[in-house]
Amino acid sequence: MTDAAMDISAGAFRPGTSDAEIEAAAAKAVTHRRRTVMFWRIAILVAFLALWEIAARLAWIDPFFYAMPSAIAVRLYEWTTEGTSEGPLWYHLYVTMEESVIGFVTGSVAGIIIGVALGRNRMAADIFSIYIKVINSIPRVVLAPIFIMILGLGLASKVALAFVMVFFVVFHNAFQGVREADRAMIANARILGASNWQLTRSVIVPSAMSWIFASLHVSFGFAIIGAIVGEFVGSRYGIGLLINIAKGSFDAAGMYAAIVIVMVVALGAEYLMTMVEDRLAKWRPQPLHETQ
Amino acid sequence: MIHEKTTPAIELINVSRRFLSPTGKSLTALRDFTMTVERGEFVAVVGPTGCGKSTTLNLVTGLASPSAGEVRVMGAPVTGIDPRIGFVFQSDALFPWRTVIENVMAGPLFRGRAKSDATAAARDWLARVGLSRFEQHYPHQLSGGMRKRVALAQTFINGPEILLMDEPFSALDVQTRVLMHEELLRLWSEAKASVVFVTHDLEEAIALADKVYVLTAGPATVKSIYTIDLPRPRVVADIRYEQSFIDYSRTIWADLKEEVETSYARAAA
Repeated sequence: MTDAAMDISAGAFRPGTSDAEIEAAAAKAVTHRRRTVMFWRIAILVAFLALWEIAARLAWIDPFFYAMPSAIAVRLYEWTTEGTSEGPLWYHLYVTMEESVIGFVTGSVAGIIIGVALGRNRMAADIFSIYIKVINSIPRVVLAPIFIMILGLGLASKVALAFVMVFFVVFHNAFQGVREADRAMIANARILGASNWQLTRSVIVPSAMSWIFASLHVSFGFAIIGAIVGEFVGSRYGIGLLINIAKGSFDAAGMYAAIVIVMVVALGAEYLMTMVEDRLAKWRPQPLHETQ
Repeated sequence: MIHEKTTPAIELINVSRRFLSPTGKSLTALRDFTMTVERGEFVAVVGPTGCGKSTTLNLVTGLASPSAGEVRVMGAPVTGIDPRIGFVFQSDALFPWRTVIENVMAGPLFRGRAKSDATAAARDWLARVGLSRFEQHYPHQLSGGMRKRVALAQTFINGPEILLMDEPFSALDVQTRVLMHEELLRLWSEAKASVVFVTHDLEEAIALADKVYVLTAGPATVKSIYTIDLPRPRVVADIRYEQSFIDYSRTIWADLKEEVETSYARAAA
Protein backbone atom coordinates (compact mmCIF):
# COMPACT_ATOMS: atom_id res chain seq x y z
CA MET A 1 0.00 0.00 0.00
CA THR A 2 2.66 2.47 1.06
CA ASP A 3 4.76 1.66 -1.99
CA ALA A 4 1.81 2.38 -4.23
CA ALA A 5 1.14 5.65 -2.45
CA MET A 6 4.71 6.69 -3.05
CA ASP A 7 4.40 5.88 -6.74
CA ILE A 8 1.53 8.31 -7.04
CA SER A 9 3.30 11.23 -5.45
CA ALA A 10 6.30 10.51 -7.65
CA GLY A 11 4.24 10.88 -10.81
CA ALA A 12 3.71 14.62 -10.85
CA PHE A 13 0.17 15.86 -11.18
CA ARG A 14 -0.60 19.04 -12.99
CA PRO A 15 -1.81 21.79 -10.64
CA GLY A 16 -5.58 21.70 -10.39
CA THR A 17 -5.89 17.91 -10.52
CA SER A 18 -8.98 16.98 -8.52
CA ASP A 19 -8.90 14.64 -5.52
CA ALA A 20 -11.13 12.18 -7.38
CA GLU A 21 -8.60 11.94 -10.20
CA ILE A 22 -5.74 11.39 -7.77
CA GLU A 23 -7.72 8.73 -5.95
CA ALA A 24 -8.62 6.99 -9.19
CA ALA A 25 -4.98 6.98 -10.22
CA ALA A 26 -4.03 5.57 -6.80
CA ALA A 27 -6.64 2.80 -7.03
CA LYS A 28 -5.39 1.94 -10.49
CA ALA A 29 -1.81 1.75 -9.27
CA VAL A 30 -2.85 -0.56 -6.42
CA THR A 31 -4.63 -3.01 -8.75
CA HIS A 32 -1.76 -2.83 -11.17
CA ARG A 33 0.68 -3.72 -8.44
CA ARG A 34 -1.47 -6.59 -7.21
CA ARG A 35 -1.67 -8.00 -10.74
CA THR A 36 2.07 -7.71 -11.25
CA VAL A 37 2.69 -9.65 -8.03
CA MET A 38 0.19 -12.34 -9.05
CA PHE A 39 1.67 -12.58 -12.55
CA TRP A 40 5.18 -13.15 -11.30
CA ARG A 41 4.06 -15.67 -8.72
CA ILE A 42 2.38 -17.80 -11.38
CA ALA A 43 5.15 -17.24 -13.93
CA ILE A 44 7.82 -18.49 -11.53
CA LEU A 45 5.80 -21.62 -10.68
CA VAL A 46 5.17 -22.41 -14.34
CA ALA A 47 8.82 -21.82 -15.25
CA PHE A 48 9.97 -24.06 -12.42
CA LEU A 49 7.66 -26.92 -13.38
CA ALA A 50 8.47 -26.55 -17.07
CA LEU A 51 12.20 -26.59 -16.42
CA TRP A 52 11.81 -29.69 -14.26
CA GLU A 53 9.76 -31.45 -16.92
CA ILE A 54 12.17 -30.56 -19.73
CA ALA A 55 15.23 -31.46 -17.69
CA ALA A 56 13.77 -34.86 -16.88
CA ARG A 57 12.63 -35.56 -20.43
CA LEU A 58 15.98 -34.58 -21.94
CA ALA A 59 17.66 -36.69 -19.24
CA TRP A 60 19.62 -33.78 -17.75
CA ILE A 61 18.44 -35.18 -14.44
CA ASP A 62 17.59 -38.83 -13.91
CA PRO A 63 13.79 -39.15 -13.98
CA PHE A 64 14.14 -42.36 -11.98
CA PHE A 65 15.13 -40.28 -8.92
CA TYR A 66 13.61 -36.91 -9.68
CA ALA A 67 10.42 -38.01 -11.44
CA MET A 68 8.76 -35.25 -13.47
CA PRO A 69 5.72 -33.04 -12.95
CA SER A 70 3.62 -34.89 -15.53
CA ALA A 71 4.35 -38.25 -13.89
CA ILE A 72 3.48 -36.81 -10.48
CA ALA A 73 0.24 -35.42 -11.87
CA VAL A 74 -0.59 -38.81 -13.35
CA ARG A 75 0.16 -40.51 -10.03
CA LEU A 76 -2.06 -38.03 -8.18
CA TYR A 77 -4.81 -38.67 -10.71
CA GLU A 78 -4.51 -42.45 -10.27
CA TRP A 79 -4.54 -42.16 -6.51
CA THR A 80 -7.60 -39.96 -6.45
CA THR A 81 -9.59 -41.95 -9.00
CA GLU A 82 -8.46 -45.56 -8.50
CA GLY A 83 -6.96 -45.39 -5.02
CA THR A 84 -3.47 -46.42 -3.98
CA SER A 85 -2.09 -49.92 -3.71
CA GLU A 86 -2.95 -49.74 0.00
CA GLY A 87 -6.56 -48.71 -0.45
CA PRO A 88 -8.30 -45.41 -1.17
CA LEU A 89 -6.20 -42.26 -0.90
CA TRP A 90 -8.90 -40.45 1.03
CA TYR A 91 -8.75 -42.93 3.86
CA HIS A 92 -4.99 -42.45 4.22
CA LEU A 93 -5.41 -38.71 4.15
CA TYR A 94 -8.21 -38.97 6.69
CA VAL A 95 -6.04 -41.02 9.06
CA THR A 96 -3.14 -38.58 8.83
CA MET A 97 -5.44 -35.61 9.37
CA GLU A 98 -7.15 -37.25 12.32
CA GLU A 99 -3.78 -37.85 14.00
CA SER A 100 -2.56 -34.34 13.23
CA VAL A 101 -5.71 -32.57 14.35
CA ILE A 102 -6.04 -34.50 17.63
CA GLY A 103 -2.33 -33.98 18.33
CA PHE A 104 -2.58 -30.31 17.42
CA VAL A 105 -5.66 -29.60 19.55
CA THR A 106 -4.50 -31.49 22.64
CA GLY A 107 -0.94 -30.22 22.27
CA SER A 108 -1.92 -26.59 21.93
CA VAL A 109 -4.54 -26.68 24.69
CA ALA A 110 -2.03 -28.29 27.06
CA GLY A 111 0.66 -25.86 25.92
CA ILE A 112 -1.55 -22.83 26.55
CA ILE A 113 -2.79 -24.00 29.96
CA ILE A 114 0.63 -25.00 31.28
CA GLY A 115 2.33 -22.01 29.66
CA VAL A 116 -0.10 -19.56 31.26
CA ALA A 117 0.01 -21.35 34.62
CA LEU A 118 3.80 -21.30 34.77
CA GLY A 119 3.93 -17.78 33.38
CA ARG A 120 1.73 -16.61 36.25
CA ASN A 121 3.60 -18.50 38.95
CA ARG A 122 7.22 -17.44 39.27
CA MET A 123 8.16 -20.13 41.78
CA ALA A 124 6.75 -23.01 39.73
CA ALA A 125 8.36 -21.54 36.61
CA ASP A 126 11.78 -21.46 38.28
CA ILE A 127 11.41 -25.04 39.48
CA PHE A 128 10.09 -26.59 36.27
CA SER A 129 12.03 -24.53 33.72
CA ILE A 130 15.06 -26.82 33.99
CA TYR A 131 13.02 -29.92 33.21
CA ILE A 132 11.31 -28.26 30.31
CA LYS A 133 14.69 -27.25 28.92
CA VAL A 134 15.97 -30.80 29.27
CA ILE A 135 12.96 -32.38 27.58
CA ASN A 136 12.91 -29.68 24.94
CA SER A 137 16.49 -30.51 23.97
CA ILE A 138 15.42 -33.98 22.78
CA PRO A 139 14.93 -33.99 19.01
CA ARG A 140 11.26 -34.93 18.87
CA VAL A 141 11.45 -37.44 16.03
CA VAL A 142 13.65 -39.82 18.00
CA LEU A 143 10.62 -40.38 20.22
CA ALA A 144 8.74 -41.94 17.31
CA PRO A 145 10.09 -45.49 17.73
CA ILE A 146 9.56 -45.30 21.49
CA PHE A 147 5.93 -44.17 21.16
CA ILE A 148 5.28 -46.87 18.56
CA MET A 149 6.81 -49.49 20.82
CA ILE A 150 4.71 -48.36 23.78
CA LEU A 151 1.45 -47.32 22.08
CA GLY A 152 1.40 -49.62 19.08
CA LEU A 153 0.96 -49.07 15.35
CA GLY A 154 -2.41 -47.31 15.62
CA LEU A 155 -3.63 -43.80 16.23
CA ALA A 156 -2.26 -43.25 19.74
CA SER A 157 1.44 -43.31 18.89
CA LYS A 158 1.03 -40.75 16.09
CA VAL A 159 -1.10 -38.48 18.22
CA ALA A 160 1.51 -38.65 20.98
CA LEU A 161 4.23 -37.63 18.55
CA ALA A 162 2.16 -34.80 17.08
CA PHE A 163 1.37 -33.72 20.66
CA VAL A 164 4.99 -33.36 21.73
CA MET A 165 5.83 -31.59 18.48
CA VAL A 166 3.13 -29.01 19.14
CA PHE A 167 3.21 -28.74 22.90
CA PHE A 168 6.63 -27.15 23.39
CA VAL A 169 6.22 -24.54 20.69
CA VAL A 170 2.85 -23.40 22.04
CA PHE A 171 3.99 -23.67 25.64
CA HIS A 172 7.00 -21.46 24.98
CA ASN A 173 5.01 -18.75 23.30
CA ALA A 174 2.20 -18.80 25.86
CA PHE A 175 4.75 -18.55 28.66
CA GLN A 176 6.62 -15.72 26.98
CA GLY A 177 3.38 -13.96 26.10
CA VAL A 178 2.30 -14.00 29.74
CA ARG A 179 5.67 -12.67 30.83
CA GLU A 180 5.51 -9.85 28.30
CA ALA A 181 2.06 -8.69 29.38
CA ASP A 182 2.20 -4.96 29.98
CA ARG A 183 2.79 -4.15 33.65
CA ALA A 184 0.83 -0.92 33.62
CA MET A 185 -2.11 -2.80 32.14
CA ILE A 186 -1.91 -5.41 34.89
CA ALA A 187 -1.68 -2.74 37.59
CA ASN A 188 -4.62 -0.95 36.00
CA ALA A 189 -6.77 -4.10 36.06
CA ARG A 190 -5.88 -4.81 39.69
CA ILE A 191 -6.74 -1.29 40.81
CA LEU A 192 -9.98 -1.42 38.82
CA GLY A 193 -10.83 -4.39 41.04
CA ALA A 194 -9.81 -7.55 39.14
CA SER A 195 -9.26 -10.69 41.20
CA ASN A 196 -6.37 -12.98 40.30
CA TRP A 197 -8.58 -15.19 38.16
CA GLN A 198 -10.21 -12.20 36.43
CA LEU A 199 -6.76 -10.81 35.79
CA THR A 200 -5.59 -14.05 34.16
CA ARG A 201 -8.73 -14.50 32.11
CA SER A 202 -9.41 -11.00 30.90
CA VAL A 203 -5.98 -9.39 30.80
CA ILE A 204 -3.13 -11.90 30.77
CA VAL A 205 -4.54 -14.44 28.31
CA PRO A 206 -5.83 -11.89 25.77
CA SER A 207 -2.55 -10.04 25.81
CA ALA A 208 -0.63 -13.30 25.31
CA MET A 209 -2.96 -14.23 22.46
CA SER A 210 -0.87 -12.74 19.66
CA TRP A 211 2.14 -14.70 20.91
CA ILE A 212 0.06 -17.85 21.14
CA PHE A 213 -1.34 -17.40 17.65
CA ALA A 214 2.11 -16.92 16.21
CA SER A 215 2.95 -20.39 17.54
CA LEU A 216 -0.31 -21.97 16.38
CA HIS A 217 0.54 -20.99 12.80
CA VAL A 218 3.70 -23.05 12.73
CA SER A 219 2.54 -25.79 15.03
CA PHE A 220 -0.12 -27.27 12.78
CA GLY A 221 2.70 -27.93 10.35
CA PHE A 222 4.58 -29.56 13.22
CA ALA A 223 1.58 -31.73 14.04
CA ILE A 224 1.56 -33.00 10.45
CA ILE A 225 5.30 -33.69 10.67
CA GLY A 226 4.70 -35.65 13.87
CA ALA A 227 1.92 -37.72 12.32
CA ILE A 228 3.85 -38.46 9.13
CA VAL A 229 7.10 -39.34 10.85
CA GLY A 230 5.14 -41.65 13.13
CA GLU A 231 3.50 -43.30 10.15
CA PHE A 232 6.83 -43.53 8.47
CA VAL A 233 8.32 -45.48 11.32
CA GLY A 234 5.45 -47.88 11.66
CA SER A 235 1.79 -47.82 10.71
CA ARG A 236 -0.91 -49.46 8.67
CA TYR A 237 -2.44 -46.34 7.14
CA GLY A 238 -1.60 -42.73 6.41
CA ILE A 239 0.31 -40.48 4.01
CA GLY A 240 3.54 -41.37 5.77
CA LEU A 241 2.90 -45.01 4.95
CA LEU A 242 2.34 -44.12 1.29
CA ILE A 243 5.68 -42.34 1.20
CA ASN A 244 7.34 -45.31 2.84
CA ILE A 245 5.85 -47.75 0.35
CA ALA A 246 6.74 -45.51 -2.60
CA LYS A 247 10.29 -45.40 -1.28
CA GLY A 248 10.37 -49.19 -0.95
CA SER A 249 9.34 -49.64 -4.58
CA PHE A 250 11.56 -46.83 -5.91
CA ASP A 251 8.45 -44.93 -7.01
CA ALA A 252 9.76 -41.36 -7.08
CA ALA A 253 6.55 -39.96 -8.53
CA GLY A 254 4.60 -41.50 -5.64
CA MET A 255 6.82 -39.82 -3.04
CA TYR A 256 6.50 -36.42 -4.67
CA ALA A 257 2.76 -36.92 -5.05
CA ALA A 258 2.46 -37.55 -1.31
CA ILE A 259 4.47 -34.41 -0.64
CA VAL A 260 2.14 -32.39 -2.85
CA ILE A 261 -0.86 -33.68 -0.89
CA VAL A 262 0.69 -32.72 2.44
CA MET A 263 1.62 -29.31 1.06
CA VAL A 264 -1.92 -28.59 -0.04
CA VAL A 265 -3.36 -29.67 3.32
CA ALA A 266 -0.83 -27.61 5.31
CA LEU A 267 -1.50 -24.51 3.20
CA GLY A 268 -5.25 -24.98 3.67
CA ALA A 269 -4.81 -25.23 7.44
CA GLU A 270 -2.61 -22.13 7.48
CA TYR A 271 -5.25 -20.22 5.54
CA LEU A 272 -7.96 -21.33 7.97
CA MET A 273 -5.81 -20.29 10.92
CA THR A 274 -5.21 -16.83 9.48
CA MET A 275 -8.95 -16.40 9.03
CA VAL A 276 -9.67 -17.33 12.64
CA GLU A 277 -6.89 -15.05 13.86
CA ASP A 278 -8.10 -12.10 11.81
CA ARG A 279 -11.53 -12.53 13.30
CA LEU A 280 -10.22 -12.75 16.86
CA ALA A 281 -7.73 -9.94 16.45
CA LYS A 282 -9.94 -7.29 14.91
CA TRP A 283 -8.89 -4.98 17.71
CA ARG A 284 -5.36 -4.83 16.37
CA PRO A 285 -4.12 -1.79 14.48
CA GLN A 286 -4.28 -2.22 10.71
CA PRO A 287 -0.55 -2.22 9.88
CA LEU A 288 -0.22 -5.57 11.60
CA HIS A 289 -2.66 -7.05 9.11
CA GLU A 290 -0.67 -5.73 6.22
CA THR A 291 2.46 -7.59 7.16
CA GLN A 292 0.73 -10.89 6.66
CA MET B 1 -17.95 7.89 63.45
CA ILE B 2 -17.47 11.62 63.55
CA HIS B 3 -13.71 11.54 63.72
CA GLU B 4 -13.53 9.41 60.54
CA LYS B 5 -14.84 12.34 58.56
CA THR B 6 -12.04 14.48 59.78
CA THR B 7 -9.12 12.13 59.21
CA PRO B 8 -7.05 13.02 56.14
CA ALA B 9 -7.59 11.02 52.96
CA ILE B 10 -3.95 10.04 52.69
CA GLU B 11 -1.13 10.13 55.19
CA LEU B 12 2.44 9.08 54.52
CA ILE B 13 4.37 9.23 57.78
CA ASN B 14 8.18 9.03 57.69
CA VAL B 15 8.01 6.55 54.85
CA SER B 16 11.09 5.00 53.29
CA ARG B 17 11.19 2.66 50.36
CA ARG B 18 14.22 0.65 49.30
CA PHE B 19 14.68 -1.52 46.24
CA LEU B 20 17.09 -4.38 45.83
CA SER B 21 18.93 -4.09 42.53
CA PRO B 22 19.74 -7.29 40.58
CA THR B 23 23.33 -7.07 41.85
CA GLY B 24 22.07 -7.19 45.42
CA LYS B 25 22.70 -3.53 46.27
CA SER B 26 19.90 -1.64 47.93
CA LEU B 27 18.65 1.58 46.37
CA THR B 28 16.67 4.11 48.33
CA ALA B 29 13.84 5.68 46.37
CA LEU B 30 12.10 7.47 49.25
CA ARG B 31 13.56 8.68 52.52
CA ASP B 32 11.65 10.03 55.53
CA PHE B 33 8.80 11.05 53.30
CA THR B 34 5.85 12.73 55.00
CA MET B 35 2.77 13.96 53.19
CA THR B 36 -0.84 14.60 54.13
CA VAL B 37 -3.71 14.94 51.68
CA GLU B 38 -6.97 16.27 53.10
CA ARG B 39 -10.31 15.06 51.81
CA GLY B 40 -11.25 16.76 48.56
CA GLU B 41 -7.83 18.32 48.26
CA PHE B 42 -5.86 18.45 45.02
CA VAL B 43 -2.18 17.89 45.65
CA ALA B 44 0.49 18.02 42.96
CA VAL B 45 3.90 16.43 43.43
CA VAL B 46 6.79 17.79 41.37
CA GLY B 47 10.41 16.75 41.37
CA PRO B 48 13.31 15.92 39.11
CA THR B 49 12.96 12.99 36.72
CA GLY B 50 13.46 9.62 38.34
CA CYS B 51 13.48 10.91 41.91
CA GLY B 52 10.82 8.50 43.17
CA LYS B 53 7.61 10.44 42.58
CA SER B 54 5.78 7.43 41.19
CA THR B 55 6.85 5.33 44.16
CA THR B 56 4.75 7.46 46.48
CA LEU B 57 1.66 6.59 44.45
CA ASN B 58 2.39 2.87 44.42
CA LEU B 59 2.63 2.96 48.20
CA VAL B 60 -0.84 4.46 48.46
CA THR B 61 -2.40 1.91 46.10
CA GLY B 62 -0.99 -1.00 48.04
CA LEU B 63 0.82 -2.34 44.97
CA ALA B 64 4.01 -1.67 46.92
CA SER B 65 4.62 -1.56 50.66
CA PRO B 66 6.94 0.76 52.55
CA SER B 67 10.30 -0.46 53.88
CA ALA B 68 9.77 1.74 56.91
CA GLY B 69 7.16 4.20 58.12
CA GLU B 70 3.42 4.14 57.77
CA VAL B 71 0.93 4.73 54.96
CA ARG B 72 -2.67 5.44 55.96
CA VAL B 73 -5.68 5.81 53.71
CA MET B 74 -8.86 7.31 55.23
CA GLY B 75 -7.31 6.87 58.64
CA ALA B 76 -6.59 3.15 58.29
CA PRO B 77 -3.29 1.50 57.39
CA VAL B 78 -2.99 0.20 53.82
CA THR B 79 -3.24 -3.58 53.71
CA GLY B 80 -4.00 -4.31 50.06
CA ILE B 81 -5.54 -2.70 47.02
CA ASP B 82 -8.16 -0.30 48.28
CA PRO B 83 -11.37 -0.22 46.22
CA ARG B 84 -11.81 3.48 47.00
CA ILE B 85 -8.71 4.34 44.98
CA GLY B 86 -8.55 5.15 41.29
CA PHE B 87 -5.34 5.39 39.28
CA VAL B 88 -4.60 7.07 35.96
CA PHE B 89 -1.38 5.86 34.38
CA GLN B 90 1.25 7.68 32.38
CA SER B 91 1.36 5.02 29.71
CA ASP B 92 -1.60 3.66 27.84
CA ALA B 93 -3.09 1.16 30.25
CA LEU B 94 -6.32 0.55 28.33
CA PHE B 95 -7.03 -3.01 27.20
CA PRO B 96 -6.46 -2.85 23.44
CA TRP B 97 -8.62 -5.89 22.64
CA ARG B 98 -11.69 -4.35 24.23
CA THR B 99 -13.86 -1.69 22.68
CA VAL B 100 -14.10 1.71 24.34
CA ILE B 101 -17.28 0.85 26.22
CA GLU B 102 -15.92 -2.53 27.31
CA ASN B 103 -12.88 -0.75 28.68
CA VAL B 104 -15.00 1.61 30.71
CA MET B 105 -17.18 -1.27 31.94
CA ALA B 106 -14.16 -3.25 33.14
CA GLY B 107 -14.10 -1.82 36.67
CA PRO B 108 -17.77 -2.41 37.56
CA LEU B 109 -17.65 -5.89 36.01
CA PHE B 110 -14.52 -6.82 37.95
CA ARG B 111 -16.33 -5.63 41.06
CA GLY B 112 -19.24 -7.93 40.34
CA ARG B 113 -21.89 -5.48 39.14
CA ALA B 114 -24.54 -6.77 36.71
CA LYS B 115 -23.71 -6.33 33.05
CA SER B 116 -26.76 -4.21 32.20
CA ASP B 117 -25.95 -2.00 35.14
CA ALA B 118 -22.32 -1.62 34.07
CA THR B 119 -23.32 -0.85 30.49
CA ALA B 120 -25.64 1.92 31.60
CA ALA B 121 -23.01 3.43 33.86
CA ALA B 122 -20.37 3.20 31.12
CA ARG B 123 -22.69 4.95 28.62
CA ASP B 124 -23.23 7.70 31.14
CA TRP B 125 -19.50 8.19 31.69
CA LEU B 126 -18.69 8.12 28.01
CA ALA B 127 -21.27 10.87 27.52
CA ARG B 128 -19.60 12.89 30.27
CA VAL B 129 -16.20 12.72 28.59
CA GLY B 130 -17.79 13.36 25.19
CA LEU B 131 -17.06 9.99 23.60
CA SER B 132 -20.55 8.58 23.09
CA ARG B 133 -19.98 8.28 19.36
CA PHE B 134 -16.92 6.07 19.89
CA GLU B 135 -18.44 3.33 22.07
CA GLN B 136 -17.64 0.55 19.63
CA HIS B 137 -14.19 1.76 18.60
CA TYR B 138 -11.00 0.06 19.67
CA PRO B 139 -8.37 2.10 21.50
CA HIS B 140 -5.93 2.07 18.56
CA GLN B 141 -8.55 3.87 16.48
CA LEU B 142 -8.58 6.84 18.86
CA SER B 143 -6.20 9.76 19.28
CA GLY B 144 -3.99 10.04 22.36
CA GLY B 145 -6.29 12.61 23.97
CA MET B 146 -9.37 10.46 23.38
CA ARG B 147 -7.63 7.43 24.87
CA LYS B 148 -6.84 9.50 27.95
CA ARG B 149 -10.49 10.46 28.24
CA VAL B 150 -11.43 6.79 28.07
CA ALA B 151 -8.90 6.16 30.83
CA LEU B 152 -10.50 8.94 32.92
CA ALA B 153 -13.99 7.47 32.40
CA GLN B 154 -12.64 4.01 33.24
CA THR B 155 -11.29 5.36 36.53
CA PHE B 156 -14.14 7.68 37.49
CA ILE B 157 -16.85 5.07 36.86
CA ASN B 158 -15.72 3.29 40.04
CA GLY B 159 -16.46 6.44 42.02
CA PRO B 160 -13.01 6.72 43.60
CA GLU B 161 -12.66 8.79 46.75
CA ILE B 162 -8.95 9.03 46.10
CA LEU B 163 -7.55 9.67 42.66
CA LEU B 164 -3.89 9.01 41.96
CA MET B 165 -2.42 10.30 38.72
CA ASP B 166 1.06 9.46 37.52
CA GLU B 167 2.08 12.02 34.90
CA PRO B 168 -1.15 11.20 33.11
CA PHE B 169 -0.92 13.82 30.38
CA SER B 170 2.82 13.88 29.74
CA ALA B 171 2.48 12.03 26.42
CA LEU B 172 -0.06 14.48 25.00
CA ASP B 173 0.60 17.52 22.88
CA VAL B 174 0.31 20.92 24.55
CA GLN B 175 -3.13 21.90 23.19
CA THR B 176 -4.69 18.55 24.06
CA ARG B 177 -3.10 18.72 27.48
CA VAL B 178 -4.83 22.00 28.30
CA LEU B 179 -8.17 20.52 27.24
CA MET B 180 -7.51 17.51 29.45
CA HIS B 181 -6.73 19.80 32.39
CA GLU B 182 -10.13 21.47 32.02
CA GLU B 183 -11.77 18.08 31.71
CA LEU B 184 -10.03 16.78 34.81
CA LEU B 185 -10.91 19.83 36.93
CA ARG B 186 -14.55 19.54 35.88
CA LEU B 187 -14.73 15.83 36.73
CA TRP B 188 -12.88 16.40 39.98
CA SER B 189 -15.19 19.20 41.13
CA GLU B 190 -18.17 16.91 40.52
CA ALA B 191 -16.63 13.82 42.12
CA LYS B 192 -15.12 15.62 45.15
CA ALA B 193 -12.23 13.16 45.27
CA SER B 194 -8.87 13.73 46.87
CA VAL B 195 -6.20 13.87 44.20
CA VAL B 196 -2.47 13.24 44.14
CA PHE B 197 -1.12 14.36 40.80
CA VAL B 198 2.48 13.50 40.02
CA THR B 199 4.11 15.52 37.27
CA HIS B 200 7.40 17.01 36.16
CA ASP B 201 5.58 19.96 34.61
CA LEU B 202 5.53 22.76 37.18
CA GLU B 203 2.96 24.93 35.37
CA GLU B 204 0.60 21.98 35.17
CA ALA B 205 1.02 21.47 38.91
CA ILE B 206 0.29 25.10 39.77
CA ALA B 207 -2.66 25.37 37.39
CA LEU B 208 -4.40 22.33 38.85
CA ALA B 209 -3.47 21.96 42.48
CA ASP B 210 -4.31 23.37 45.90
CA LYS B 211 -0.90 22.38 47.19
CA VAL B 212 2.37 21.68 45.44
CA TYR B 213 4.94 19.38 46.99
CA VAL B 214 8.49 19.86 45.74
CA LEU B 215 10.66 16.76 46.13
CA THR B 216 14.43 16.57 46.34
CA ALA B 217 16.61 14.68 43.87
CA GLY B 218 16.53 10.96 44.75
CA PRO B 219 16.28 9.54 47.33
CA ALA B 220 13.18 11.69 47.40
CA THR B 221 12.03 13.53 50.45
CA VAL B 222 9.79 16.57 50.75
CA LYS B 223 11.76 19.74 50.15
CA SER B 224 8.99 22.29 50.47
CA ILE B 225 5.24 22.67 50.28
CA TYR B 226 3.48 25.55 48.54
CA THR B 227 -0.18 26.39 48.96
CA ILE B 228 -1.60 27.67 45.68
CA ASP B 229 -4.16 30.28 46.50
CA LEU B 230 -5.71 30.81 43.09
CA PRO B 231 -9.50 31.08 42.94
CA ARG B 232 -11.61 28.20 41.61
CA PRO B 233 -13.12 27.39 39.20
CA ARG B 234 -9.96 27.94 37.20
CA VAL B 235 -9.66 28.30 33.46
CA VAL B 236 -6.41 26.51 32.80
CA ALA B 237 -5.86 28.05 29.38
CA ASP B 238 -5.93 31.59 30.79
CA ILE B 239 -4.64 31.23 34.31
CA ARG B 240 -1.02 30.97 33.23
CA TYR B 241 -1.03 34.65 32.17
CA GLU B 242 -2.12 35.95 35.57
CA GLN B 243 0.46 37.72 37.68
CA SER B 244 -0.06 35.57 40.77
CA PHE B 245 0.43 32.42 38.67
CA ILE B 246 3.69 33.80 37.31
CA ASP B 247 4.85 34.66 40.82
CA TYR B 248 4.14 31.13 42.04
CA SER B 249 5.90 29.75 39.01
CA ARG B 250 9.01 31.83 39.62
CA THR B 251 9.24 31.06 43.34
CA ILE B 252 8.69 27.32 43.03
CA TRP B 253 10.94 26.99 40.00
CA ALA B 254 13.80 28.63 41.90
CA ASP B 255 13.31 25.93 44.50
CA LEU B 256 12.92 23.05 42.05
CA LYS B 257 15.80 24.15 39.86
CA GLU B 258 18.42 23.27 42.46
CA GLU B 259 17.11 19.72 42.66
CA VAL B 260 16.91 19.36 38.90
CA GLU B 261 20.50 20.54 38.63
CA THR B 262 21.64 18.13 41.35
CA SER B 263 19.89 15.29 39.61
CA TYR B 264 21.36 16.29 36.25
CA ALA B 265 24.86 16.61 37.62
CA ARG B 266 24.55 13.17 39.21
CA ALA B 267 23.37 11.59 35.98
CA ALA B 268 26.23 13.20 34.07
CA ALA B 269 28.87 12.11 36.58
